[in-house]
Amino acid sequence: MAIFALKRLGVAILVALTVSLITFSMVYISGDPAITIAGEGARIEDIENIRRFYGFDRPIFVQYLEWLWNAIHGDLGRSFSLRVPVADVIFERLPTTMLLGACAITFGLTLAIPLGVLAAVKPNSIFDRAALTLAVVGQAMPTFWFGLTLILVFGVMLRWLPITGQDSWWNFVMPAVALGYNVAPAVMRLTRAGMLEVLASDYIRTARAKGLRPMTVLFKHALRNAVIPVVALAAVQFGFMLGGSIVIETIFQINGLGYLAWESIQRKDLPMMQAIVLILSIIYVVITFLADMLNAFLDPRIRVT
Amino acid sequence: MSDRILSVEGLEVSLPVPTGTLNAVQGVSFHVERGETVCIVGESGCGKSLTALAIMDLLPKRARRTARELTLLGEPIIGVSESAMSDLRGNRMAMIFQEPMTSLNPAYTIGNQLEEALLRHRKVSRAQARERAVHLLERVGITAAGQRLRQYPHQLSGGLRQRVMIAMALMTGPDLIIADEPTTALDVTIQAQILHLLAELQREFHMGLVLITHDLGVVARIATRVVVMYAGQVVETGTAAEVFGAPRHPYTRGLLDCIPIPGKTKRGERLGTIPGMVPSLVGHMQGCHFAGRCNYVVDACREAPISLTATPGGAHQVRCIRADELIGERATAREDVA
Ligand SMILES: Nc1ncnc2c1ncn2[C@@H]1O[C@H](COP(=O)(O)OP(=O)(O)O)[C@@H](O)[C@H]1O
Ligand code: SF4
Ligand SMILES: [Mg+2]
Repeated sequence: MAIFALKRLGVAILVALTVSLITFSMVYISGDPAITIAGEGARIEDIENIRRFYGFDRPIFVQYLEWLWNAIHGDLGRSFSLRVPVADVIFERLPTTMLLGACAITFGLTLAIPLGVLAAVKPNSIFDRAALTLAVVGQAMPTFWFGLTLILVFGVMLRWLPITGQDSWWNFVMPAVALGYNVAPAVMRLTRAGMLEVLASDYIRTARAKGLRPMTVLFKHALRNAVIPVVALAAVQFGFMLGGSIVIETIFQINGLGYLAWESIQRKDLPMMQAIVLILSIIYVVITFLADMLNAFLDPRIRVT
Repeated sequence: MSDRILSVEGLEVSLPVPTGTLNAVQGVSFHVERGETVCIVGESGCGKSLTALAIMDLLPKRARRTARELTLLGEPIIGVSESAMSDLRGNRMAMIFQEPMTSLNPAYTIGNQLEEALLRHRKVSRAQARERAVHLLERVGITAAGQRLRQYPHQLSGGLRQRVMIAMALMTGPDLIIADEPTTALDVTIQAQILHLLAELQREFHMGLVLITHDLGVVARIATRVVVMYAGQVVETGTAAEVFGAPRHPYTRGLLDCIPIPGKTKRGERLGTIPGMVPSLVGHMQGCHFAGRCNYVVDACREAPISLTATPGGAHQVRCIRADELIGERATAREDVA
């Protein structure tokens, strides 16, 4: 187990480093950063000064190492537009996005897994059909459109829920649903397929031959095995969700990283965008690592050799 | 006084298939008394497994099961609720399957899976269940049983897993064990060991054992009674002495010709096989099911259903209209090939 965990940790660190390199390069791919800061039509001397001030005149590799070193120490540079340390803004906004993400994935999984199980236990039943419909609709519906529909129905027409802001828990309901719903179709279909396969397996027949109660057979023996591939998928879906949070936070005006990303793109605030991409990627890497660990816990064939 | 554990009368199992209805089990009858080993033999696809699953009520959902009588310890086990059945399964009757590699849940330890069999049916503590598990693992020949309890199925060989399955079946001290080809998937060198272990345990625990196997050599030694199945039907049944000493159905003789004879059959020599294949069980068949492969077939064989008839004065029963005239005739395959 320890060896498995170390291997996965190694992979995670490598991925994080690669991501950092890519995000760092973003600044250069998008054009000369000094010109971006100075603004269009600035004087050559000003641009030169900015270049020296930010150290853009040094070799790019040195700049990367310095940036990485600083990033590891919590210094993500200064925002071009806000003129404050990027890290301060990011860590102020991060908890909101994490909260939204946690609510969304919880909603998505609690919708998808039970539906997947029901659909598998009673194939072609009303549950199965409802689940399939939900999956098709969910996959066809863009996040922003779904978010706007929710606002229209529950915010404007029914007035059940607040439309924007983040003053109470109620504010998180619609964004979490809009974001989490995206996760549901794939997770549900994988749960259904996994359960169907596991339920037809020999060890389920053994469990029944022991006279175990249907609930024990279903949850202890079947779901435990069927959910193993779902864990990895949920981690990937969580990654997509982080991307989706840019749209959702903007629509619902939630002051998280997603909204910040949108603002930064508009302001061409490169260090901020760089940092957001880096942080979101690292969250994704960490989630993937945790998913690997959870899988090892669930599947002794990974854990015990 | 007899102590009847299992009674099967006129068991029928059918399955819907794309081409019609597959009549996998057609009126199978046999019974098991306490302390008896009843062996079911026959080629693959004859309906042996479905017979076993029908008794356990573990048939695939689509399957239809009927019987004139199906009782365990005198109580009907057909037409009762699923919850009543699950109280009996793994308790009064247990089953051992053909596939030891996949029959244990990969996610739980051996100990967990053994203990839950007992915890489900008896009011015992986990510690008591564990104690029984250790005891039974040792009894089925597993060393370092205490450590094995903490291992997972993937850490055990097929032979060990099947021993675990046997121990699991014994956890509640059942009255009946059904073992469906428990050694077919195992290494040849341990097949006989496992079958003899089962026979030993059957005596020790004073149970009834239904053993489905291809190993006719072992059957001859351990069976109280033998049930020969062909294409969904019992074609011959009797004591081991009757069936092996004086086989009367051409199919039984064909099967017996397939066993190597110690001292006579050279190592590596190809054994005789019955030419032809088991006919399709989809739809209804006229006359004798074995007619297509029988060397003694006459027109009458194909005209009407053949019934299972007892020989005078014995429990030996045969489903062949020419059984009486064929006494003394030589069997089929090997003579023809030679
Ligand atoms: N789940 C199933 N679906 C369809 N046909 C089946 C199923 N199980 C068994 N059969 C068919 O029923 C017949 C009897 O099968 P089985 O009882 O497994 O035979 P045996 O155990 O004697 O080899 C075979 O023709 C087999 O193909
Ligand atoms: S009834 Fe006829 S075909 Fe069937 S086994 Fe007897 S002799 Fe052969
Ligand atoms: Mg079989």
